Amino acid sequence: MAGLVMLIGFAIMALVGNFATPYATTGVGSYEEILKPPSLSHPFGTDDVGLDVLSQVLKGAGLSLLVGLFAGAISVAIGAAVGLLAGYYGGLRGTVLVRFTDVFLIIPALPLIIIMAALLGANIWNVIFVIGIVGWPGTARIARSQTLVIRELPYILRARSLGASDRHIILRHVLPGVLPLLFANAVLVIGSAILAEATISFLGLGDPTHLSWGTMLNFAFSRGALFAGAYWYVIPPGVCIALVVMAFTCVGYALDEILNPRLRKR
Amino acid sequence: MVLREYLKRRLVPAVITLFVVMSINFLLFHAMPGNPFALLIRDPRMPPEMRAKLAHAYGLDLPLEIQYLLYFQNTFAGNLGLSLVYKVPVTALVSERLINTLVLVTPATLLSILIGTVIGLLSGWKRGGKVEISALLFSLLTYSLPVFWLGMIFIMFFAVTMRAFPTSGISTYGLTYPDFLSYLSDRAAHLFLPTAVLTLVLLGQYALIMRSSAVDVLSQDYILTAKAKGFSESRIIRTDVLRNALLPLITLIGLNFGLIVGGAIQTETVFSYPGIGRLVYESVVTRDYPVLEGAFLAISVSVIAANLITDLFYAYFDPRVRY
Repeated sequence: MAGLVMLIGFAIMALVGNFATPYATTGVGSYEEILKPPSLSHPFGTDDVGLDVLSQVLKGAGLSLLVGLFAGAISVAIGAAVGLLAGYYGGLRGTVLVRFTDVFLIIPALPLIIIMAALLGANIWNVIFVIGIVGWPGTARIARSQTLVIRELPYILRARSLGASDRHIILRHVLPGVLPLLFANAVLVIGSAILAEATISFLGLGDPTHLSWGTMLNFAFSRGALFAGAYWYVIPPGVCIALVVMAFTCVGYALDEILNPRLRKR
Repeated sequence: MVLREYLKRRLVPAVITLFVVMSINFLLFHAMPGNPFALLIRDPRMPPEMRAKLAHAYGLDLPLEIQYLLYFQNTFAGNLGLSLVYKVPVTALVSERLINTLVLVTPATLLSILIGTVIGLLSGWKRGGKVEISALLFSLLTYSLPVFWLGMIFIMFFAVTMRAFPTSGISTYGLTYPDFLSYLSDRAAHLFLPTAVLTLVLLGQYALIMRSSAVDVLSQDYILTAKAKGFSESRIIRTDVLRNALLPLITLIGLNFGLIVGGAIQTETVFSYPGIGRLVYESVVTRDYPVLEGAFLAISVSVIAANLITDLFYAYFDPRVRY
């Protein structure tokens, strides 16, 4: 519940930040206001070019959520497809897909994301694509194990004996049974996608034309905010990232507990 | 016999993974249109004969499938090319940095497993208490924190404000050491903050899994039997709970190597620690593609190897595999 409230709060924040911020978030601020600590006019202080930190935090919310949602959707779609097919088909085809999933579970995700982001170039859609295409193996595992359970249910046999095609059975009979778990998993995947976006933006691989919390921290780090002791510049974006990820994680686990029959029995 | 069968089953996916990693490398760096090696010869100011010469030197004039085979041959021969920035063999650069990373990652991993196990056991033993709730909250918090940000906060408070530790690097630049002991203490001072960050970030998960498997084990009948026999609490924890709750932990450690690598990249970057993660960052910034490619290969190979070692440990601790 607390997670849900926080998510709604961040969604509102992203909307507000997208349309209106108290101060400009691009360009250069005034010379007198470089790295000023929090005050009444600037509650989170100002950065090294005199821009208001609070405005930037508001503005950055949208991009973090956007990348998380889209990248999470890609991951879940791939994971669901691989998992459903692997679980439904068994045999050689199933084994190949399971092995494929295991391979991508072992390959370290962050280095792969970094390499692909570096080679494809920095723009939002590349970042979304790269994070999405790396984050699916966990979902595939969950989808597969639930498919294995559903495959053995009598109504699948019934549908098959009525002459339904594999495609029809998978989409109309298996998928609805897997969907609740996928939904819970999607929320968790979005959380880790947001964390991944923050990380690669911090490493300087984000879209330089769009402000995100990771980009803010990259600027703070590379322009010496740490040595100036400008805690007001460093703390807000990081706390926002942590809170959003925490909110998604809480909601994800809560949904899992409600929707996953195996957890409910305990 | 069973053990050998088990190992064979584990070795096959490891080899497949290695093959896939190398293929990804080839695909991304050599085969994709606009790949960095093709770009090498695309300078319009370059005379055509020079371009042909370069293409020939890099094997770019060969058919793609031959390049693919050559890539495998070269990689297995330990030839990963030259760094564009440092002008030294990538193999030498990568292995030097990999050792530095191991020095950082090994203690952090062991510490996080140790502390996580203790926290998990305690909170599983005393269910519903303050310990359990704070352990859960702590694990959730460390899971959600960006690692690089925790590093930045640590630098700001412990290194810049309190001046208790150096901010970055692996040793004090330009310092000559009177004896080996002062060298060691300088290295240790530089390692302290990165190790602390990495340990903190990793231990939450171990605490969580240890708690849930401890709860699982504690509800088993044999624990009741042991209690009825009058064994002390600490003895039950040591012999019955710990041994049985260890298996899921080992599985998690195996799954977590990718995460450890991710954490190491971020910590090393923030603390300017010259490990393989920092090398990845540097080669992205300087567009040193042979190094990036080699570092990814080295990281993947380390993770695959670490996974195999974990499987061996699992076999050792699980009697069902051994006999």
